[in-house]
This record gives sequence, structure tokens and C-alpha cells, in this order.
Amino acid sequence: MRQPENIPIPASFSRDQLQTVGDIFVENPRIQCRNVDVYYGEKHAIQDVNLDVGRNEVIALIGPSGCGKSTFLRCLNRMNDTILGCRVNGEIKLDGLDIYADGLDVVTLRAQVGMVFQKPNPFPKSIFENVAYGPRIHGLASDKFELEEIVEKSLRRAGLWDEIKDYLRHPGTGLSGGQQQRLCIARTIAVNPEVILMDEPCSALDPIATAKIEQLIDDLREDYTIAIVTHSMQQAARVSQRTAYFHLGKVIEVGDTALIFTNPRHQLTEDYITGRFG
Amino acid sequence: MQKSTLLLLLLLISVYAFHVGQKRSQEIAQGKIKNLHSLPKYYGYYTALWAFLPALLLLFIWLGFESPVINHSVIETLPEESRSLSNDLKGLLINDIHNSLSGSAGETKPELKAAVEYLRDLKIWSNWLLSFLAVSFAFMGMYFARSRIRQGHRARNQVEKTVMWFLLGSSLIAILTTVGIVLSVLFESIRFFGKIPLSEFLFGLQWSPQIAMRSDQVASAGAFGAVPLFTGTLLISSIALIVAVPIGLMSAIYLAEYASLGFRSVAKPLLEILAGIPTVVYGFFAALTVAPFIRGLGADFGLDVSSESALAAGLVMGIMIIPFVSSLSDDFINAVPQSLRDGAYALGATQSETIRQVVIPAALPGIVGGILLAASRAIGETMIVVMAAGLAANLTANPLEAVTTVTTQIVTLLVGDQEFDSPKTLAAFALGLVLFLATLVLNILALHIVRKYREQYE
Repeated sequence: MRQPENIPIPASFSRDQLQTVGDIFVENPRIQCRNVDVYYGEKHAIQDVNLDVGRNEVIALIGPSGCGKSTFLRCLNRMNDTILGCRVNGEIKLDGLDIYADGLDVVTLRAQVGMVFQKPNPFPKSIFENVAYGPRIHGLASDKFELEEIVEKSLRRAGLWDEIKDYLRHPGTGLSGGQQQRLCIARTIAVNPEVILMDEPCSALDPIATAKIEQLIDDLREDYTIAIVTHSMQQAARVSQRTAYFHLGKVIEVGDTALIFTNPRHQLTEDYITGRFG
Repeated sequence: MQKSTLLLLLLLISVYAFHVGQKRSQEIAQGKIKNLHSLPKYYGYYTALWAFLPALLLLFIWLGFESPVINHSVIETLPEESRSLSNDLKGLLINDIHNSLSGSAGETKPELKAAVEYLRDLKIWSNWLLSFLAVSFAFMGMYFARSRIRQGHRARNQVEKTVMWFLLGSSLIAILTTVGIVLSVLFESIRFFGKIPLSEFLFGLQWSPQIAMRSDQVASAGAFGAVPLFTGTLLISSIALIVAVPIGLMSAIYLAEYASLGFRSVAKPLLEILAGIPTVVYGFFAALTVAPFIRGLGADFGLDVSSESALAAGLVMGIMIIPFVSSLSDDFINAVPQSLRDGAYALGATQSETIRQVVIPAALPGIVGGILLAASRAIGETMIVVMAAGLAANLTANPLEAVTTVTTQIVTLLVGDQEFDSPKTLAAFALGLVLFLATLVLNILALHIVRKYREQYE
């Protein structure tokens, strides 16, 4: 990572200028978003967003409430399809393939792009069944032993195995909040996705559980590309390599996390990370 | 004064008392409500309750004791030979006197004339006394409450406590009524089992309750084996559930998960209208439309269908209980949090996979509750069966034959001339008890299931 002090301090962009500043593009991107607009009925929730997500990187999406960062995240695996009156224009490519193209199978897309939600949402089934659900519906295991193997591997990967290996038949909803969230992460990685989207995964958790999840995110970066929406700037600084700052439906600034937090180029970014608003 | 007028007057007095209490508290507060423990309106309620409740209590006690006391004193005025009559005959005599007074007995017998006059005077007297006492109780209560109002007086707590007692009383009325019904059925059933052994009733295969009431009548000796009725009930209810559960559940799933808001807002009330159709209308729909249709259809296939069949009754009953299944299931499916659906979609589950494997299991307690509710409704249903399934107590599992159910037999047993000591009439109570126990068990089961699994997704 580049050292911030070696970079010349750029001129601060004024608040009126809402063009994206910073490094939108990365080499060999996993996800490319070009001119993405999202409408909820009449409301223009996302305006002309251009953003690349690189391989094996954690990108943090930050910004004040209602700025559209969650909406943008949900575009990446087409979860917005389930919302009535939601329209997405522009181009989003995963590994060079347009995910909004006609005839694209949403089911396959969502198996490639998994998602972890703000509130832990384990199914009202046993811990084992929670993790086995994804592999089952996608036919990833040919027999029972293979399925058990996938479940164990996913739970280990999510750092939950040692805590719950004797309670696999217990309901997933009986776990603590942090354990539930790690169970949801295990459930997501059990289908072997390429990208994991996380929508404020720690906002309902205490600091210890949060630390565990952050450690886990850092570990998962080896194998997955992760986009995380967060309200905690410390969290963004701790877990991400790149950060995108959203403001009123636009991406104001994108760049290396270290740079953004030490040396924001845009006035709005600086205002937000120094706590002047938001 | 009429008792209803008196009640109205008491209400008016308590409204007045409300104002008196409120005003008094404001005087005591000396313009600063902060000085009071409670808001002025609570002092108003407090005074009103003191004005109303003691007077009401008096009214009820009076009503309870009025007629025995009056009847007793009327008897006292009668000649010696009437006073020495048995209690039953005395009752008849009192009835005569009351009827003479109200004019429904025609000519008043001369020997009762004095008693009738006396009764009329007593009644008028009692009414005036009651009115006077009640109104004075009301005012005394009001002034008592008013005199107790101080700055620190905890009127709010006392009013809240009275509200609590009132609510408790209301729920007790419902519970005690249930207990009363159960006991009345239970005692008559015990009398029945004194005549017919329990084992014969529960395990006998022959149901033919007609017994000769007079020695010259031609009738069977009576057989009280209720098994044909149980199987008939079971058969018809099963057919009804086989119809209602899939249709109700699937329409609930469609309404909750697939239908547009516009369609849903029209279709759901329409579906619920089904529950509002009088069962007698379903009955003639079953008897006049469905049963002949089934009979005709059966004839085409070379089957001999009787014109009153379990199938016709069951089918129509199934239609009737669809809303019980669909409406409750729909509510519970809607109550499944969106986050669970999102979780499944995010794993790449299709809509039908999500519904089958995540939504329905999460909503299952409610769905089972709805089904059991529908089942107890089906078991208790009478009218459709009377009209469409007949009265013949056949022991059969063939839905094309006529069968009868427990409720239908209760109706037939209690229609027409009754003898309350004959096993025929008492059998109705025994059947009612069985029916009650069956639906009670179903309801307890439903509650238990709902409670056991409810919190799983919350």
C-alpha cells in the first residue's frame, strides 16, 4: 500500500462538484459498473455511478444514511428485483458479463454473488440445515458425506466450527447474534461464491463479535471479493483496501482506504470522515 | 319506576358526579394541577365510580332477592290449606297469581283475588323503595368520594384498579359461561350413562335411538352405539379437509407471495365472504346442486351413488372452511420476515424454493393452527350434513353412501316432543360432550403447536 505522506496533497474539490474523484478503475476488475442509475418509482436513488471492484479486495462503501450505498450493493446481485417499482439502468458486469442482460439466470448470479445482511437472518432450521441449504438447492454435493464435508468446511472458514460442532442439530436461531451472523456468512460461502456483499454486517453486534467478523472478512479476502457497506469509518479503515464515499446517490470519491481517510480529496468526503455531518 | 329508567338515572347521576369530582379537585388544586396527585379527570372518574357502583350493587342484590321475598310474603297471606301445599304446588299457585296480575290467565279465580291485589301492592312498593334507596346510595357515594378528595389522594391508582377488576370480571363471565355449559352437558351425560353403559355408547356399532314412548307404540328398543356417528363425522370432516387444506393453502400462498397488491385487495375479502355465507345456504347448495351432480357423474361411471352422500356434504363443507385455512395461513405467511426471504434469494433460491423450504416452514405453526381451527369447525358443522348427507346411521367408509354425524343426530334427537328422562333425549347431551371434548382437544393441540414454534423466527 502506498504511503500517504509520499502523495502530494491535491486541491480539495468543492462541495458543488459532484463528479467522482479518485481511482474508479482497477486492473483486471471483477465487477465493473458503468453509468448505473436506480429508480424507486419516481425517486432517483442512484445517479450515474461508475465503480470497479477488483479481485480479492475488500471495498468499503461509506456515506450518510440514505445516500444509496445499500441500494447500490443490492444491485450487484440483483436483490433489487424483489422490490416493487425498482428500476436499474446502466451496465453492471461480473467477470465481463452483463448481469442485467436478458436471459441471464438470476439464480446462477446469486450463487456467484452471495450476500450477508444487516440483521442476522438464519432460517428457522438447524445449524446444519442452514449451511446445507445452499449446496442442496444448487446440487453441489453428490451424497451425504460430501454435504457434511461442505458444511464443516464452511463453518470452519467462518470460524464457527469449534464453537458449535456439537450442536449441529440445534436451531440456528438459538445462537448469539455474532454467532448467527457468522452462521449466515458460512451459509453464504457454502455455495462457493466469487463475490460476497455485506450490508452493515456488524451493526447489530457487540464489539467482540464485531472484531471476530472483521478478522473473518480479512481472512476471506484470500478467496473472495468483498463489498461491505458500513457506517463505522473505523471498520472501513480496518477491513478494506479501497473505499467509495457515497453522497445523495452519487459516488463522490473512490480510492485507497488509507488515502481516503488520511487525505481526502473532496470537500464532502473530508466533511464526512471528520464527522462534520452524517 | 322501571328498572331500566332507574339504571339510566343512575348513569346520569354518575355523569353529574364526574363533574362534581373534577370540579372539587380543581378547587383543591387552587389552579395548579401539579398540586394534585392525579389529573382532575381521575378525580371525576373516582367520584363517578363511587356514585355508580354501590347503587348498581344494591340493584343486583335487590333483583336477586326481590321475587323470593315477595313470593314468600304472598304465600303467607293465603289461607291455611294453600300454605300447607307441597313446594311444587305452591310454585304453580304463585304462577297463577303472577299470571292473573299480568292478565294472561284470563279470569282471576275469586279465592286468589286478595293475593293478586297484595302482590301488585308489594311490587309497586318494592320498586319505589328500590328507586329511593339506589338514588340515595348514588348521592351518598358521590358525597363520600367528594369528601375524600385531597391534594395527595391517589385517585388515578384507584380508578386504574377498578378498571382492572372490571376487565377481570368481563373475562370471568366468558370463562364461567363455558364452565356452565360444560357442567350442564356433563350432568345430563352422567344421567345418560346411568341408563346406557359407557362402553356400549363408545363402542357399539348400532345407532337407533327411537324408543317407544308409550306402550302401544311400535318402535325399536333403542340402540346407542355411537361408532357410526363418529365414523360419519370423521368421514365428512376428512373429505372437507382434503378439499379445504390444499385449496386454502395454495390460495394463501398465491395471495401472499405472488399476487399484485390490487388483486390481493380484491381477492382476500372475496375469499373471506365464503365464511360469511349462512351454512343453510351451503346446505341447499349441497343438496340441490352438488349431490345431484355427483349422482349423475356416478351414474356415468356406472357407480351407484345415493342422492344423499357424504361426498356431497364433505365437498361443500370443504368449500365453506377454505377461508379459515387461507386467511390464517395468509396472515402467518405475511408475518414471516422479509429478511428470511432475502436470505434465501441471496443464496440463489428460486421463488418456489424459497416458499417451500423457508417461508412455509417458518409459517407452519400458523398454518397448522388454521387447519385445526377449520377441522373443529368441520366437526361441529350441522346444517350442511342435515341437508346433504342424510340421517341414516350407516357404518361405512364409502363416501358415496349416506352417513350421519354427531351434530346432526343431536339436532334430530332434540327436535319434536321431548322426555327429559328418556335415554333418547339424554343421548344428545352425551354426544354433545364427546363433540365438545373432541374440539377441545383439537383447539388445545392447535394452541400448543402455535405456541411451541412461534418464536423460532422472531
